[in-house]
Amino acid sequence: MSDPAAVAALGSPGAAASAPLLEVAGLSVLLEINGAKRPVLRDVSLTVRPGEAVGLVGESGSGKSMTARAIDRLLPRRAEVTGSIRFGGEDVNQLTGAGLRRYRNKVAMIFQDPRAHTNPVRRIGDFMTEALQANLAVSAPEARRRAVDMLAQVGIDDGAKRLGQYPHQMSGGMLQRVMIAAALLTKPRLLLADEPTTALDVTTQAEVMAILDGLRREFGLAMLFITHDLDLAAAICDRTAVMYAGQIVEIRASALLHDDPLHPYTAALAAARPDIEQTAHRLRAIPGRPLSAFEAPSQECAFAPRCPYATDICRAEVPALARLDSGVSRCARAHELRGQLGGAPGG
Amino acid sequence: MAEPGKAPVLQAAGLRKEFGELIAVDDVSFDLPSGRSLAIVGESGSGKTTIARMIVGLERPTSGTITACGHDRSQPAHSTRDRRQRGREVQIVFQDPYTSLDPRQNAEATIDEVLKLHHGWPADRRRARTAELIDLVGLDTRQSRALPRSLSGGQRQRIAIARALAAQPDILILDESVAALDVSIQAQVLNLLADIRDQTHVSYILISHDLAVVRQLTDEAIVLHRGKVVERGPTAQVLDDPQHPYTQRLRASVPRPGWKPRRRGQPGTGEENGVP
Amino acid sequence: MSTGIPTAIEAPRFRALTSVRATGIVGIASGIILAAATFAAIFGPLLAPYDPELPNLSLAWIGPTGGHLLGFDVQGRDVLSRLLVGAQTSMLGPLVVVIVSVVTGSLLAVVAAWRRGAADAAISSGLDILFAFPGILLAVLATAVFGAGLPAAAIALSLAYMPYVARVLRGAAYRERSQPYVAALEVQGASATSICLRHLIPNMLPLIVAQATILFGYAMVDLAAISFLGLGVQPPRPDWGVMISENQTGIVQGYPLPALSAGVCIVAVVIAVNVLGERLFEQAEAGRR
Repeated sequence: MSDPAAVAALGSPGAAASAPLLEVAGLSVLLEINGAKRPVLRDVSLTVRPGEAVGLVGESGSGKSMTARAIDRLLPRRAEVTGSIRFGGEDVNQLTGAGLRRYRNKVAMIFQDPRAHTNPVRRIGDFMTEALQANLAVSAPEARRRAVDMLAQVGIDDGAKRLGQYPHQMSGGMLQRVMIAAALLTKPRLLLADEPTTALDVTTQAEVMAILDGLRREFGLAMLFITHDLDLAAAICDRTAVMYAGQIVEIRASALLHDDPLHPYTAALAAARPDIEQTAHRLRAIPGRPLSAFEAPSQECAFAPRCPYATDICRAEVPALARLDSGVSRCARAHELRGQLGGAPGG
Repeated sequence: MAEPGKAPVLQAAGLRKEFGELIAVDDVSFDLPSGRSLAIVGESGSGKTTIARMIVGLERPTSGTITACGHDRSQPAHSTRDRRQRGREVQIVFQDPYTSLDPRQNAEATIDEVLKLHHGWPADRRRARTAELIDLVGLDTRQSRALPRSLSGGQRQRIAIARALAAQPDILILDESVAALDVSIQAQVLNLLADIRDQTHVSYILISHDLAVVRQLTDEAIVLHRGKVVERGPTAQVLDDPQHPYTQRLRASVPRPGWKPRRRGQPGTGEENGVP
Repeated sequence: MSTGIPTAIEAPRFRALTSVRATGIVGIASGIILAAATFAAIFGPLLAPYDPELPNLSLAWIGPTGGHLLGFDVQGRDVLSRLLVGAQTSMLGPLVVVIVSVVTGSLLAVVAAWRRGAADAAISSGLDILFAFPGILLAVLATAVFGAGLPAAAIALSLAYMPYVARVLRGAAYRERSQPYVAALEVQGASATSICLRHLIPNMLPLIVAQATILFGYAMVDLAAISFLGLGVQPPRPDWGVMISENQTGIVQGYPLPALSAGVCIVAVVIAVNVLGERLFEQAEAGRR
């Protein structure tokens, strides 16, 4: 099996150019569920370069949120982690104390439900300036000034007034924009966005996505954008990784995902979505349901039971992540199936 | 069961709902032709869920009329018997599969309870019908005997659909019924709903913010914005050639291959036609 | 949609209370204590080696000797026999209080949550008024009406606990009532009664059971206090609370055993019931979600 980190670094234009900012290599996580240790992530490898946006797409049980939590050191205490996560060359899992705090300043996370991640009895201003004052020793007036500036950047013009408000006085979309602003205040180098727009209306989502995309480019931030929506990821991410049953199954330039996917699951996922421009006679549904890492077969390709292209090779062993063209795929038959998978109607 | 080609199976005229100062639904009217499917499109605050609740009798309209299967249903039912009668006309499937079922009941018991309510059948006839419904929604015996906690979201929604169909309604309201499902499961359930419609000729009202799902399942659509209808027409026409700025904006906000998000007021936000 | 931390995909099995691994050593000890107390409550009079009520002042305060494992009390009666026979009223009283208050409290909570609006306001206000009366005060009033004894005390305490139960359960009842599955049943035309009895209450059962066990402990202590004050079980009938009252002088005189052994019985049963209640609650909750 080739070096997972090197393999995962592929699939991006200019692969030789810069050193990766975030390097996840062979990450496997076991969690205690109902008294038994079960795998939730298996051999996850991916890289994010400085200033690059990478999408992480998957359905329930795929492990996409778990990956983000692992990167942000938010796993439950008794989780067993193997493999490595390196940020700027440092091993994230070895960080403690001051080092961990510095890491948290450089890696900011935006969650799906802003209300669950804000203290309802604290004002927005307190919450936004807290990290600046505590970790970066910025004076209170200066912190407030920066907060107001950042709020303007996310489209909230009456920032000074908003700083004095409480979370319940804002709509979901506005609160999420505040969260983005708060995340950007500490000038992080990497943004982890865990389904930040899933709970929002579609028009609000478009607005928030545009803001996120614009600011990210302006500040030159790297981003790992987690979502269940393949098209949403493709909209603002240069590369997209697709996960299934706790594994990475494909990493590909976003623009090529629909027309030239390298894994049957990606193709099936794209094809299953109804098309806004035409009514299909029947949608191409994948039989069965998405499995978690601990439910999926572990001695063969996890997707084999549901895959229309599965053969004996697929059932013999777990396929490795392998390079193909400018992307990466975990399909044992990726070479053979090249060109047959993509171009689904409406894709 | 409704037959295609007859009078509208549901008519809403001048529906209005006020919650104190807030006008949630403002002069909404629509018809649902028998055997056809209507989409009520809107985002949060549009009033779509309130309309669904009014049609099904969970909410009392402030004014306006609702006529279902020829009967006036403008006010919620008075008696349990009345509600049972109406339950045979209009049924609903809710959005969240995790709270739509009694966690202590398996599918068989859930459906059996509903069959007992509507028909005075002996136990073996109910069992047979339950098995038919379970089969119709694509579940097997093992799943029908399992408690909801061991079933996935998609499987739970299938049970909710079977429960609704047990009353043999003419109209089925799907209140964001596939919104909480994974993409691959959503496709299965949408196919299932299409099959059910073909087999039973039930008429759907699909409440959704997801325009692609609306396109897939419905013939007609009305678009709601802040309680008012801003556009109506055949679904294909409303989506391909939206006239109202809000509809255009909605259309332009849907992620699809090649889509890029833009901030409001900038080119491509949908102030023009929503076609990319 | 992914929730991040995977929720249990496999159904957690409802582990029987007898499973050793599930309940642990504390659970087992509690089970034994409760079993013993219940056994004594039922068979106490048959098991008591000596007459629990016949006084013999010449034997007063004598410590454990021969067949008298716990010695004699203030009136020369065998302490162990009095404990065994006293288990009856000491266990029965709280049981009655719990059953009455939990049943009435649950019904009121469900009615208030189901009908909401004016009915809820009326019920809540009524309960608030009842809340204002402390249990002991109600016991005094009840004694005045019904005469001193266990029935009066039990009625008084049931009235005192009922609003507490109703208030705690009202929140749970509201939550269940707002769930879509209840709305689905309403739309189907199920009657309010059948929805409340067959769906709302069974889903509130973990909380109801937890409340019942907590209240059992409180009732035991409160009834003992009421008996201690002379308003509940009347001497010479044995009852753990009465025993503490009667034998309290012995503590300062250097004969603590009679009073303390009754106290230990009360404390042990209260703890055991609480532990058991916690386990029942956990397992019922796990079995639900």
